[in-house]
Amino acid sequence: MIYDFFANLFGSDVIASFISGALPVVFIALFTLFAVWLERKVSAHMQDRLGPMRVGWHGWLQTFADILKLIQKEDITASDTDKKLFNIAPVLTFMGSYAAFAAIPFSSAYVGSGIDLGILYIVAVSGLVVAGILMAGWASNNKYSLYGAVRSAAQVISYEIPTVIVILTVVVVIGSLNLTKITEFQTSRFWDWMIFGGSIAGIKKLILLPFMVIGFVILYISSLAETNRTPFDIPEAESELVGGYHTEYSGIKFTMFFLSEYANMFAVSAVASALFFGGYHSPFGYFGNLIGLSWLVPIEQFFWFTIKGAFFVFVQMWLRWTLPRLRVDQLMTLCWKYLIPIAFVNFLIVALIMVL
Amino acid sequence: MQKLTKDSVHPKIVQALLGADSHITIDDALENEMILNMGPQHPATHGVLRLLLRLDGETVIACVPELGYLHRGYEKMAENMSYLEFIPHTDRLDYISPPANNVAYALAVEKLAGITAPPRAQYIRMLLAELARMCSHLVAIGALAMDVGALTVFLWGLREREKILDFFDVICGARFTTSYTRIGGVASDVTSDTMKNIIAFIDQFEEKFDEMERLLNGNRIFVERLEGVGVISKEDAIDIGFTGPNLRASGVEFDLRRATPYLFYNEMDFKIPTYTEGDCLARYFVRADELRESAKIVRQIIDKIPNGEVMLNSPKKVLPRKTEIYTKMEELIHDFMIVNFGINPPVGEVYSAVENPKGELGFYIVSKGEGHPWKMKIRSPSFANIQAIPHLVKGQMISDVVAIVGSIDPIMGEADK
Repeated sequence: MIYDFFANLFGSDVIASFISGALPVVFIALFTLFAVWLERKVSAHMQDRLGPMRVGWHGWLQTFADILKLIQKEDITASDTDKKLFNIAPVLTFMGSYAAFAAIPFSSAYVGSGIDLGILYIVAVSGLVVAGILMAGWASNNKYSLYGAVRSAAQVISYEIPTVIVILTVVVVIGSLNLTKITEFQTSRFWDWMIFGGSIAGIKKLILLPFMVIGFVILYISSLAETNRTPFDIPEAESELVGGYHTEYSGIKFTMFFLSEYANMFAVSAVASALFFGGYHSPFGYFGNLIGLSWLVPIEQFFWFTIKGAFFVFVQMWLRWTLPRLRVDQLMTLCWKYLIPIAFVNFLIVALIMVL
Repeated sequence: MQKLTKDSVHPKIVQALLGADSHITIDDALENEMILNMGPQHPATHGVLRLLLRLDGETVIACVPELGYLHRGYEKMAENMSYLEFIPHTDRLDYISPPANNVAYALAVEKLAGITAPPRAQYIRMLLAELARMCSHLVAIGALAMDVGALTVFLWGLREREKILDFFDVICGARFTTSYTRIGGVASDVTSDTMKNIIAFIDQFEEKFDEMERLLNGNRIFVERLEGVGVISKEDAIDIGFTGPNLRASGVEFDLRRATPYLFYNEMDFKIPTYTEGDCLARYFVRADELRESAKIVRQIIDKIPNGEVMLNSPKKVLPRKTEIYTKMEELIHDFMIVNFGINPPVGEVYSAVENPKGELGFYIVSKGEGHPWKMKIRSPSFANIQAIPHLVKGQMISDVVAIVGSIDPIMGEADK
């Protein structure tokens, strides 16, 4: 719809697709600015500190200042690095996180591409991030970077399995891989969200409820691992591997990794909310419908979507500043011995309920 | 003696790494071993400790710690300065608990000179030493938690430590490099207001520390990261020369405060926390329990502290008060003699050790009857404790290395001296 709007406005398909394609970048940039500030504030308040206070009201412009500083910094490339790969890696990593936004429905009026394989596309394209990280670790020609990269590859690939199984669980109930359809299935009443069993009538909904909760917990844990956040931040464990795969990066290239991490955080939160918490739907009807202004509804939807995403991002931060990090073998144990079997059994049970 | 150069040392390290017992290696390893240089600039090596790790994947096959990046030659410097002048340098040994080092050094020199500080001074020394122990253990626990990834506990620990440093500021005039003890007493008295504040701090501290402990002990990830990691047996611990909390975590109930009571520790009622597991978790538990015991001791000290002088009246050995120097001839002469020629303890040698937060801190001083020591040897606990690292990390993973180093709690300031 946004595309149509701009196409009518400018009368050119090229400009319209360019603008609607660039919107997620703007969103990511703005969200990152907010999320970095939030991260610092959350950590500060958990640790009895104030955090940034000087730049702007309660330091809200601190991230702008940081980004400006990072852009101005000398872009160091160590002499023994593999120059080509070293330069491609941050772009590839960022691209992977950015491309995932194409299929995420921000509101009923704006989804970059309403492809039918939406959720599968997101999982697949997020996998590109691993390629970027491996590339960065290898090209840096640094043992710490290499360790970080290899750990990251092992971790992300392992944790994609429970993620996909949980996604299948939801897909089995709804019968579509299209994220817009998945969202529309969960109506704008919170008891119709998938976490509460979806908009299914009768006793089935009640039976589904516990399995959906299990599914959500598994999905959320795996999404933490996929974004390399604590307690699964072993690829960049600063007390072990200094900076992990981005040890050798500085300036604008480091900013790319940084942006990618926060973009990824929002992407997985968005997927979690789209699958289980009604996506862009409001929990209790729309104000726009109430007063008869239907154009207000998409804006409200965008608001709710951002709020839900930001909430899950906040939970990620909360966990990060509370939990220690796991060891590599414990990480793999958790994935292969607990999450995958539970997710699989969960999937079988849900499938069985849907058949009956 | 053969002179050590950089070129002659480096092959030695490589030799030590390659010659180390490598029975953990898989026989048909596809040449997948590598040598990783951890430190001296590394976020988890507590200063400038350098660890060379020989790795098979994530598993550590051998490890050689290399010291000396913070070597300042304090033992040699001590031979060229008077006994009083060396007090500020003791601050820089274990820089997390300076007052405890001051106390250890003052006790050694007093033992050599054959004098004893007045009771009130001794109580104040105990008070400062216990506060320093709390300081040190708060940092140790926080740093251990930070090494395994929980940053918040570290900052909560620093918040509490900050309050103790404020007391140091009030009592000694400096937050960090206290230089508080003098030979024959302490620099200044502690007012009753300060003591009241310390009691108030202890009252709220226990609650705050409970909060910190809940975040760690109830956390399965934290416990699993430490349990059974870096185990050292009772016998090995004694052989390596472990002292302090690390030794007590291996099941040896040895505490110099109890074994060879100094100051007034024999009048204090406190337990010696001992665990038998000998792993990282036990070392953490010992420190946590000792924190509570220290808080208990501080309470008792403030309860029992007598009134009186804080400096001994012994003109040949102890610096007189400034007010007296400016008004009386005798004191002016003594001050001049002590400052210029030193306290001239009798000919002899002495070893005096105290239970520092990290372990046994001993000063071995040989005197030829001059104003400066003929030889001073510092037995620093961290130096002995670091010896255990190669033994402990063998067969563990990289992530465990930082946990083990954190649980040993070495301070490079005193390991390198």
